[in-house]
Amino acid sequence: MTTAGPNELPLRVTGLRTLCEGIREVTLGLAGDGVLPSFAPGSHLAVGWADGERNSYSLTGPMVEPRHYSISVRHDRAGRGGSAWVHSLRVGDDVVASRPRSAFAPVADARHHVLVAGGIGVTPIVSHVRAAVMWQRSFEVVYVHRPGADAHAEDLRALARDRLTILRSGPELLAHMKARLFDVPLGAHLYVCGPEGLIEAVTSAALDAGWHRQRLHAEPFASAAAAGGAPFAARLGRSGALVPVGAETSLLEALLARGIAVPNLCRQGVCGECKLTVRGGGIDHRDTYLTDDERAAGDAMMPCVSRAVGDRVELEL
Amino acid sequence: MIYRNADIENYPFPFPRDQYRYSTNLEPTGRRNASAAGGWGDRRVDIDRRYRSELDERARILAADPSRSQCLPHMVPACWDAMLTLMRELAADYPATMRLDRISPDDNTFRWRNDLLGIDDTFTFGDPATLPTAPLDYICGQIQEDVVLLDQRAGQLWGDAGVVTFAANWSFGFDIGMSFLQIHGPVPRVHSEKVITRAHEFLMRLEPGQSFRRTNWSLTVDGKLDTATETYREWGRDRRTLAEGPLDEVGDRLFLRTEVQHLIRLPHSGAVMFLIRTYLLPFAAIATVDAWADRLYRVLEDLPHDMTEYKGLERTRGPALRWLATFGGVTP
Ligand code: FES
Repeated sequence: MTTAGPNELPLRVTGLRTLCEGIREVTLGLAGDGVLPSFAPGSHLAVGWADGERNSYSLTGPMVEPRHYSISVRHDRAGRGGSAWVHSLRVGDDVVASRPRSAFAPVADARHHVLVAGGIGVTPIVSHVRAAVMWQRSFEVVYVHRPGADAHAEDLRALARDRLTILRSGPELLAHMKARLFDVPLGAHLYVCGPEGLIEAVTSAALDAGWHRQRLHAEPFASAAAAGGAPFAARLGRSGALVPVGAETSLLEALLARGIAVPNLCRQGVCGECKLTVRGGGIDHRDTYLTDDERAAGDAMMPCVSRAVGDRVELEL
Repeated sequence: MIYRNADIENYPFPFPRDQYRYSTNLEPTGRRNASAAGGWGDRRVDIDRRYRSELDERARILAADPSRSQCLPHMVPACWDAMLTLMRELAADYPATMRLDRISPDDNTFRWRNDLLGIDDTFTFGDPATLPTAPLDYICGQIQEDVVLLDQRAGQLWGDAGVVTFAANWSFGFDIGMSFLQIHGPVPRVHSEKVITRAHEFLMRLEPGQSFRRTNWSLTVDGKLDTATETYREWGRDRRTLAEGPLDEVGDRLFLRTEVQHLIRLPHSGAVMFLIRTYLLPFAAIATVDAWADRLYRVLEDLPHDMTEYKGLERTRGPALRWLATFGGVTP
């Protein structure tokens, strides 16, 4: 069992369903009463399946203050163990997950949305279609899957009706897309989710057809969100003390936990309050505060977001 | 305007030090900031005793100038999202008078009650036929905050919807549809100091459910909430009459205006919601708190010319300093 972090949701498995061979739908509700946060189309949950291990799965169910979240997970035998863990869940099990996050949202002012799903890459596309129907957006959806591996085909049929095209192979998909890409109205956006090869093929077909890059959006389906980074330690110049920083914590948090008062406001690397002077060690700058020159000088860092490159930084503290 | 202790105790005094410069000054929401007279900031949406009068004022301004409320077509989902988010916020913070219930978990029908205004409505999320007005107008008729909604696309934020009736020397009708960076184009110094580009980067990384706040400030004559560019003819001359009028009237006529701005990433549309709440306090009330009078004096005295000009303080700064030194107990 992993425990919930400050921004994580304690969820409980409330339903399980096999959608097709090897793909399981898991329904997650709050352990107590209440509604879950709304989310944007294309959002995912980072589900904790072992200490410090998170896998991201797209949300497929209703989006506005839902009672349940739904994810669909394909058992990936070559994976690190996350999907096997999901496939071992039982109703009533507790699960810790991030709040929904979106990295694949629809573009609000698009004139038309072309949604392309390959295999289990269908999951974020389901929520795109759900929202497109709800907000009466202009869209079409293409779903390519192997025979039998048709997760969510029913949902898509019910939502999209004649705006859905189902295809059975990569070549079929490419032939279909090549024709459509020349036809759809200017101002359309294209969204692709699936295996990397499929994304590549569809994206380059779109570029060949004269589409601008800004109108192309893709999400490879095997994204595992990793927070933090490698653990390291900070040596405090004055006292010589060594402060360890874990993989999931920031340097700022580690210093504060040690009782070292570092001023801070945003904790997002933008306000500039937490700036520290660095005496030695490489810095992985992740802030947007320091200028390029300041970064190059290598003598300052924003501990709320930035980390050491190696296993140690020396601070003027 | 009559002032009470509560107005002073809860006033968000915006100056942490004797010198004011532009900064991103963002901090997480939800924690109370102590001030020399009390504190502020417990809530993101704040209802105070001016609730009705400010809502009346907003209705009057909207009736006179409908361009203060705008929603580009692609922002309709964001407006619904903002409305529902604000209702949840009100219901959580004011349970005695505000309530939001979902009628059935399987569809998107809600019942909303606001006892302060005698409202009891049932609506279906996303269906405009179920509300008496557009969703953003509906909720802005029930909060004292101005609202701007920013759409995020193509690596930028765009001010594409909002209801802004209490603008301080800017025009929402003019800015609608502009990018965040264009809107802030005229602010002096921010380019060399990169304040705006940093804020822009920061906002684009806000995650759903996250919220931050900051303050901004200026001076206003006669307690007018609406000092938008459009109505300059009405309030512009107040600055002159103040500057040319008797010094002893400045304490009651000149107001420190603080905006508390909340930045909230909306969960369903992904838009960034800017809440701008304007608080006004006359110099006479400020002067009842020694530390504030002194701080305000130092800040105004130090303010560089370009910032004075941008904030529209060329005429009022002199009288403000003289009044604080003469009647406000400040030793220059
Ligand atoms: S706390 Fe704001 S930059 Fe680190």
